[in-house]
Amino acid sequence: MSDAWEVIFQINTLTAALRLATPIALAAMAGTLSERAGVINIGLEGKLLAGAFAAVYVTYVTGAPWLGVLAAMAAGMLVGLLLGLFAIRLRADHVVAGVGINILLLGLTTWLLQVVWGGRGTSPAVTSLPRWSIPVLRDIPVVGELLGSHSPLVYFTLLAAPALWLVLFRTPAGLRVRLIGEHPEAADTVGIAVNRTQYLTLMAAGALAALGGAQLSLGDLAWFSQNMSAGRGYMALAANVFGQWNPVGSLLAALLFALTDAVQMRIQTLPNPWPAELVQMLPYLLTILVLSGAVRRSRPPAALGRHYPPDHGAGAL
Amino acid sequence: MAVASPDLHPPIVELIGIRKRFGPVVANDGVDLAVLRGEIHCLLGENGAGKSTLMKILYGLYPPDGGEIRVRGQKVHIRSPRDAMALGIGMVHQHFMLVDRLTVAENLIAGQEPVRNGLLDLRRARQAIREMADRYGLRVDPDARVQDLSVGEQQRVEILKALMRNVDILILDEPTAVLTPQEVDELFRVMLQLKADGKTLIFITHKLRETMAFSDRVTVLRNGRHVGTWRTADTSPEQLAEMMVGRQVTLRVARPHRLPGDVLLELDRVSAIDDRGQPRLRDVTLSVRSGEILGIAGVEGNGQLELEEVIAGLRPISSGRIRINGQEPRQPGPRGRRALGLAHIPSDRLRRGLAAPLPVTRNGILGRHWQPPFARRGVLREPAIRSHVGQLLAEFQIRGRLDAPASTLSGGNQQKLVVARELAHGPRVILACQPTRGVDVGAIEHIHSRLLEMRAAGAAILLISADLDELLALSDRLVVMYEGTIVAEGPADRFTRKELGLWMAGQRPDRAGSLAQAAPDRHPAPPKEGAAHA
Repeated sequence: MSDAWEVIFQINTLTAALRLATPIALAAMAGTLSERAGVINIGLEGKLLAGAFAAVYVTYVTGAPWLGVLAAMAAGMLVGLLLGLFAIRLRADHVVAGVGINILLLGLTTWLLQVVWGGRGTSPAVTSLPRWSIPVLRDIPVVGELLGSHSPLVYFTLLAAPALWLVLFRTPAGLRVRLIGEHPEAADTVGIAVNRTQYLTLMAAGALAALGGAQLSLGDLAWFSQNMSAGRGYMALAANVFGQWNPVGSLLAALLFALTDAVQMRIQTLPNPWPAELVQMLPYLLTILVLSGAVRRSRPPAALGRHYPPDHGAGAL
Repeated sequence: MAVASPDLHPPIVELIGIRKRFGPVVANDGVDLAVLRGEIHCLLGENGAGKSTLMKILYGLYPPDGGEIRVRGQKVHIRSPRDAMALGIGMVHQHFMLVDRLTVAENLIAGQEPVRNGLLDLRRARQAIREMADRYGLRVDPDARVQDLSVGEQQRVEILKALMRNVDILILDEPTAVLTPQEVDELFRVMLQLKADGKTLIFITHKLRETMAFSDRVTVLRNGRHVGTWRTADTSPEQLAEMMVGRQVTLRVARPHRLPGDVLLELDRVSAIDDRGQPRLRDVTLSVRSGEILGIAGVEGNGQLELEEVIAGLRPISSGRIRINGQEPRQPGPRGRRALGLAHIPSDRLRRGLAAPLPVTRNGILGRHWQPPFARRGVLREPAIRSHVGQLLAEFQIRGRLDAPASTLSGGNQQKLVVARELAHGPRVILACQPTRGVDVGAIEHIHSRLLEMRAAGAAILLISADLDELLALSDRLVVMYEGTIVAEGPADRFTRKELGLWMAGQRPDRAGSLAQAAPDRHPAPPKEGAAHA
């Protein structure tokens, strides 16, 4: 038994968790951003896929993974714009629009995969993102092992969380976004352009979530495969709620989910009597458990999911 | 029709022939309005007369369908609140435009944030807020969260928000609707100070007393039309009321004396908690007799909503007993209480009184929809429903088609539909909550006279209202609630408005030998609440 514990709880597990958490955390922060602006973002899954595909495709064509990352961001912004078009301009129900985007992107990336590379279910291998090895940091014991050598996007994520917190809670732009998510009428009456700010926020969020996709395809691996996000966009939504619509909270929640995932992988390498599928359920199970406990005490932005200007035309005359 | 008398000051705002329609409803039908520099101008009219619409057009929230706006003599196009603010026009909205979860400072600076090194400069914001607050005596704590402020304080924040944008024309949309009398006095003090400072104030209201007391001139709107503009000193409340309604109205209701009969509604030491688990009702004991109207006064949020809910069966009581018509309800929910003869006019007609998207016919039978003659063997019987609801419409003069969704009715007609439905089956106990909120004078008159008819017929009526005039006009007895307890009770004619205001604010009027009695301390409150009793 103690051997098993050693296998499961070694420093490598934590390192793996950090790597696995990155796409979820980026998508969760994207969720935080758009939901703070009042737009429910179910479409995170689609944005992960869009980012993962665009990153691999552009890297495949150009041979430059950094161009792939830029392409992912552009694709994410495009998907963000699409969500805005449905949810803001066409006043669709946010949840329906988001689910639609997920289905669209799953179909689109699967189809493009076949068109571009023939029907294999995966793309050929491309150049992956480099691993950065941080001087000084890598020489510290334990910490060095944990943080010393990762994809650049992992470091980006760790820095993005506090940076995004600063933007949301300490800058004029963040205050405006929060005001819109809580009370769009109030924002409008002090001269803030509600819908324009929402579009911009959705595009920024799209870019962020698509970076998560790039980490999936170019950071962890070096190819794209069908439906490679595998529900991480939904886990990101959960992480956002568990993290109380706070970027740092989103990161921590994503780390928790990813740690379960890493542990689950270790368990699979051990001789154990359970079918692999059951063990693989662990992170998803945790997501459900956490949400059923967390939803009760966390409070979403007050105007989340509402259209502005309101649907019922003019209220009181 | 009277014409504005010539004045020394030039008009600062002129609205000429403003037209605005929402679908089939004409909200403004060629309205003219001239507001003079430095005056307090009252915009008077019933709900639905088009006052708010007109002001929202001036503030850039609605685009007008036609007409012209001139500010300081210049023709302007105001496309957004940003444009309005650039012209020095600010607005304090009826429903506050404040975010509960943000601090006062965050609410005040949003849209024009002071910045230092790319970050919000909260220190400078606090300083600016304090300076402005001191100048007009609007005390607020910049770091408090709006959700922790009283309604009066929140309004101060709203006024500050406009002032900090350097407006010199301030529109106030029904600012007194939610305030205690003392808070109203405080608001008028601030308004006079703003006027002394050279600001122009446009004050929307439907209350005649306020119009008479504080405005320099008054413009009356009716059905989206400009009726006239007068110097306030040249008119009278009776004249203005007639202009508002378009016919003669009785401002006072006749309430014949009656000897109350048996106790029909009884609450014995009832306590309840709110959705967050906070105690909201503490040991409330009261009784209402047949033929009696008991009014509940209090600043909103002091337990009235929970009182309504526990009596209606919408919220469980944590301790105590409720008897309706002499019996404790056997079933916990509303149905058991209805079976004992309770009628409930909910305080929020759209949330609880109506299923707004459903047709008038369905709304007219809600609560009895499962009973004969409206349903037989689980199937609705259309003819019985139509004839019943048709009768209600005729009896209460409700304008609306049977098959139209209730949401298409005006507020007054919606409310009359709720009242008609609830009073239709000869209730013994009537729980009437804000029965005339947001409805026009005609509907108010009608609803009041119906309630008095029910009183004459021997019903026991518990009236919860935020409108002191209504409480004083209808009630036989009054109780005042403060922080979930009853702090005063007595015959309605023994309370003055001023005393009521003090009780409502949690203070004890110090007039020696006040005729209204403090509620007897049956169950002494814990020391923390002692202040309210001491």
